[in-house]
Amino acid sequence: MERASFMSIPNASIQLTLNGDPHSLEAGATAADLVEQLGLGGRRIAVEINEQIVPKSQLADTPLANGDQVEVVHAIGGG
Amino acid sequence: MTPLTDTPFSVAGRDFRSRLLVGTGKYKDFDETGAAIAQSGAEIVTFAVRRTNLGQDTEAPNLLDVISPKRYTLLPNTAGCYTAKDAVRTCRLARELLDGHNLVKLEVLGDETTLYPNVVETLKAAETLLADGFDVMVYTSDDPIVARELEAMGCCAIMPLGSLIGSGHGIQNPHNVRLIIEQSQVPVLVDAGIGTASDAAMAMELGCDGVLLNSAIAHARDPLRMANAMKLAVQAGRDAFLSGRMPRRQTADPSSPFAGRING
Repeated sequence: MERASFMSIPNASIQLTLNGDPHSLEAGATAADLVEQLGLGGRRIAVEINEQIVPKSQLADTPLANGDQVEVVHAIGGG
Repeated sequence: MTPLTDTPFSVAGRDFRSRLLVGTGKYKDFDETGAAIAQSGAEIVTFAVRRTNLGQDTEAPNLLDVISPKRYTLLPNTAGCYTAKDAVRTCRLARELLDGHNLVKLEVLGDETTLYPNVVETLKAAETLLADGFDVMVYTSDDPIVARELEAMGCCAIMPLGSLIGSGHGIQNPHNVRLIIEQSQVPVLVDAGIGTASDAAMAMELGCDGVLLNSAIAHARDPLRMANAMKLAVQAGRDAFLSGRMPRRQTADPSSPFAGRING
């Protein structure tokens, strides 16, 4: 319910930890909004919030909250 | 002449012709990665999962453009994980990345100096992943008892190290690898330590079902040529194994007949 109070304040922002670094985002933004803002829309990535996978199909329905730990990963070379 | 045949390499219900599995790390660029992998004939290709570099060119090519999931069977790995928890998270991220593809290479490492498998954490991670529906090909030590436990849990391939990851020291304990092969019902692959073609051939001559390697190709002076050498070495080693090698003898045994010699 903390998130609802943020949403009621226009232009309020929330603080995330994104891939280990602090990241500000407009309150009320969803995981899909974040992906778009990062320029990663349509790219092959996977998103985890607070150690839970968020399936692609649910990114738009997943609001972000203050303090969320977000990981955005992709494939890289490795053996 | 009857063509020589072999059974397919079969893992987790999928059949493959190639018994060489390759990694995608340490190449100069994506062009070299793609060319070397194509030359190797590998059908199963492993890659790592890492944080996306934010703020960089998002139009830059992606590894999955080079090793297309349409062309290759992708094998995400948990390289860099030191705990069962991190390995499980990585596998779940990989499954999401690949739209539900559930085949993974599990490796949980012990320390940065040796990258030796931490078998306690590996066993924990395997248990969780198997319960979560993953097909787990597992990197482990060359300990036959650990290998037996991993197979009993339901891992679909056992992958003992030949020697330390990236060391190029070949197969340091072929006797243990052989023990693992002889007791296993699932495929056994040497994973890690292969340095050159003869190492790969040796693994196959021991009776391994396949070989997984990365550095031996990527760090060769000419990766494309080494990729070809590895393809041929795995095929040669496999044929040698299937042929049943001649017995070793203590003394010589002439190939030319004794009878009819001009000095007879």
